[in-house]
Amino acid sequence: MLPNGFIEQYLAIGLTHYLVVAAVLFCCGIFTMMTKRNAIGILIGVELVLNAASVNLIAFDRYLVSHEVDGQITALFVIVLAAAEAALAVGICINLYKNLATVDVDTATKLQG
Amino acid sequence: MTQFSVPWIPRTTRTNFGYPAMAFTAAVVWLIVAVVLYWVSSAALESHPTAILFLVVGPVVLAALSVAAGLAVATWPIWVPVLLRLAPIILIGAVIASCFGVWAVNALFLWVQDDVVASAVNDPAVDTWFGWPLTIGEITQAMPAAIPDWIAPLVWPLQFPLFRDVISMTTLIIFFTIVPVFVIWWERKVAGRIQSRLGPMRVGRWHGWAQSPADGIKLILKEDLVPKDADRILFRLAPYFAIIPSAAAYMALPFGVKYVFRDLDISLVFIIALLAVEVHAVILAGWASNNKWSIYGGMREACQMISYEIPMGMALLIPVVCAGSLSLKEIGEVQSGGWFTWLAFSNPFAFVAFIAYFIASLASCKRAPFDLPEAESELVAGFLTEYSGFRWALFFFAEYAAMFVVCALAVILFLGGWNSPLPLSWGDYVIRWFGDNWVSKGINGVLFSGPVWFVAKGVFFLFVQLWIRWTLPRIRIDQVLYACVQVLLPMTMILLLGSTLWVWASTSDSTAWMWFDGTVNVIVGLVGLVFALGFVVIAAYGFYHRRRLVGNLVIDPLPGS
Amino acid sequence: MASNTRTVTPVLTAAVVLLGMASSAALAASGPGAAAPSSVTGAVPPGGILEPILFYIVAAVTVISSLGVCIARNIVRMAVWLFIALSWIAFLYFLLAATFLGAIQLIVYVGGTLILLIFGVMLTSRSPWVRFDPPKIEIAAAAVVCGALLVTLCIVLCRAVWPATEGAAPGVSVADLGRGLLTTYLVPFEVAGVLLMIVMVGAAHLARQEKK
Repeated sequence: MLPNGFIEQYLAIGLTHYLVVAAVLFCCGIFTMMTKRNAIGILIGVELVLNAASVNLIAFDRYLVSHEVDGQITALFVIVLAAAEAALAVGICINLYKNLATVDVDTATKLQG
Repeated sequence: MTQFSVPWIPRTTRTNFGYPAMAFTAAVVWLIVAVVLYWVSSAALESHPTAILFLVVGPVVLAALSVAAGLAVATWPIWVPVLLRLAPIILIGAVIASCFGVWAVNALFLWVQDDVVASAVNDPAVDTWFGWPLTIGEITQAMPAAIPDWIAPLVWPLQFPLFRDVISMTTLIIFFTIVPVFVIWWERKVAGRIQSRLGPMRVGRWHGWAQSPADGIKLILKEDLVPKDADRILFRLAPYFAIIPSAAAYMALPFGVKYVFRDLDISLVFIIALLAVEVHAVILAGWASNNKWSIYGGMREACQMISYEIPMGMALLIPVVCAGSLSLKEIGEVQSGGWFTWLAFSNPFAFVAFIAYFIASLASCKRAPFDLPEAESELVAGFLTEYSGFRWALFFFAEYAAMFVVCALAVILFLGGWNSPLPLSWGDYVIRWFGDNWVSKGINGVLFSGPVWFVAKGVFFLFVQLWIRWTLPRIRIDQVLYACVQVLLPMTMILLLGSTLWVWASTSDSTAWMWFDGTVNVIVGLVGLVFALGFVVIAAYGFYHRRRLVGNLVIDPLPGS
Repeated sequence: MASNTRTVTPVLTAAVVLLGMASSAALAASGPGAAAPSSVTGAVPPGGILEPILFYIVAAVTVISSLGVCIARNIVRMAVWLFIALSWIAFLYFLLAATFLGAIQLIVYVGGTLILLIFGVMLTSRSPWVRFDPPKIEIAAAAVVCGALLVTLCIVLCRAVWPATEGAAPGVSVADLGRGLLTTYLVPFEVAGVLLMIVMVGAAHLARQEKK
């Protein structure tokens, strides 16, 4: 009924499996960024996108060049920089809240037009 | 005078013949079942040893147990008072027996894993998802001749790592459940003594040892409350986020050289990571309660916990630099040369780092002078205000389990872990005296390196934590953060720098530095020895004078006595 | 008592399951391919039977929690789903034998960044049940776009031919990571340090209290 080796193909976990997971994470992150009006919701989407990139980097490191450290160090830098950027972004959100009494990004239209 | 009664033992003076009659009936039924099954198995299964074990020996043992239970219930007025009188001895005996049990089970697992499985012949045609199963015949061949053949079916399930893991995990779960139960009782006794009173004295007749289990049973029986406008799902989820990291940290803790559930090569960072996840439980608990005091308590607590993780992590890096590995087992093995090889005494920076780590870990466990989030006099109960019953118990289990983990980290990283103050190389003399067998391994385990030392040292530091809690006053949140950012953080940075430079200098070959290093090592070790001996002297003095309390002894009389 | 068994049993199950998963992940990470027989009969895949089971469970939970992030409308629920997603991504790192990175993900992301986000949520929310939603047409358009992107990515990834690799590869140890950070990647390491200091100063300045 099933083609030969169908189950075996899914039992041996390879690079593609991890890349597909990372792609799903990436698309969920972009969807979150596009559809949330809460500024912190947008930040959460950014975190998902960055995590997808890290998963990609580490998967490539493990499956293609497992004796090198490049992928893991780059993923480490991504984690560090994501933390830094989240800190600044939360500071901006708090400033937004102080000035406009809301974090709805659609209300930040003072410079419009 | 005792007001409580255990509901399942009838409190009548007339002996109830119901239970023994039921037990005798059950015994007769089991025996009939056993005879039938023996007849069936000898006819159909050709006396397969496993079948005989499970189908025949099982019912016979159950028959014996039912008879014993019936007799016990029938004669309870005779033996229950004796048992209550002997309860402390039984407790201590149970503790010692379980230590031996753990040691024996571990030795059994190692024997199965190293000797039996390795030497048995593997038949590669038989492949299952768990690996190659060895048949009972192969196991019988591989065992030494001195052991009788009927042990082989009992050993058969132990060859699968999954089965061994389940048993080890059960042991770990039992341990990490018993630690909070014991420490809660002990805290109340220590608190009582420090406050010139006796602590729990009634439940269990000997110093209220059964207070903790009784409290546990009471909490399970309480009503399951969720506040009206609270976020129901998050409210229910928060205790799990607290208990699971505390429990999972025990997986990576090495209790001894061969007593580690999973020997990870990054076990230190793993445990730090799990302690970092616990902060979320506090925030979620505070937020989900929909209660101002909970939210204040939760945010203050999260702030305090994450702030103190930085000096804690930096102080923990110092033994890593000295030992050269992130694996807790390797760091423990480096310290096996006796008192002066312990990493707290290897250089003066490490000694101060030990104290800095201890303070930071107190704050990270929200204990002692940093227990603002649980400040009973200020925030009702902080983030735990709306929690009652088993959920509250789970938070407390998580807190006390995390306390032990943090003390265990201090012990492994700074104070030699499972090694005793005597060097491990002296164990060779014991082996020469008694021969290389289980006796000498047991003696070495007690004298030189074994889980007993690890647990004892961990419990000692738990005692220091309890002692500090009931001695020092609480400090305010701004003082807490001042102490972290402006005192501990620069201090640990300087200690890390100094320690790294010290270790780097030790890699050079200059003999002058070797002499200097050795002298400083001995001096710092002697300072530590003075502290330890001082504590022992003061403890002995206090024990000798334990029946003398400062001030009036307050015992509140029960109504009606 | 009956009502509290509702709390006890899920807790015990969750604890046992998570302990088991964590230990299995650690086992899978500490030795890629635990006790695998040869593929003579082809019954057990290389790498043991545990690795595919664990991978599918971890991947499923990660995907479900990231979908939860998209779909949740309450910001605190979104943060909790993100917590679950980030923790299970750390499990993924353990499965990829990047154990140090997994622990760092838990410490920095879950134990740092996410707490920062939750603090931001709590400091800027006026009530737990306020929701801002964009109009439905925008959500539908975004879903179409992201769906198309996902489908394209998956087709490309499944059709791509990567260079042949062996199943169980030698991992990278923490010592190698440290050496790499201090030799090849020294300049980015120092720049990242300076950047973090700048970010700390900037964030403290942004969130300061105005002197009235």
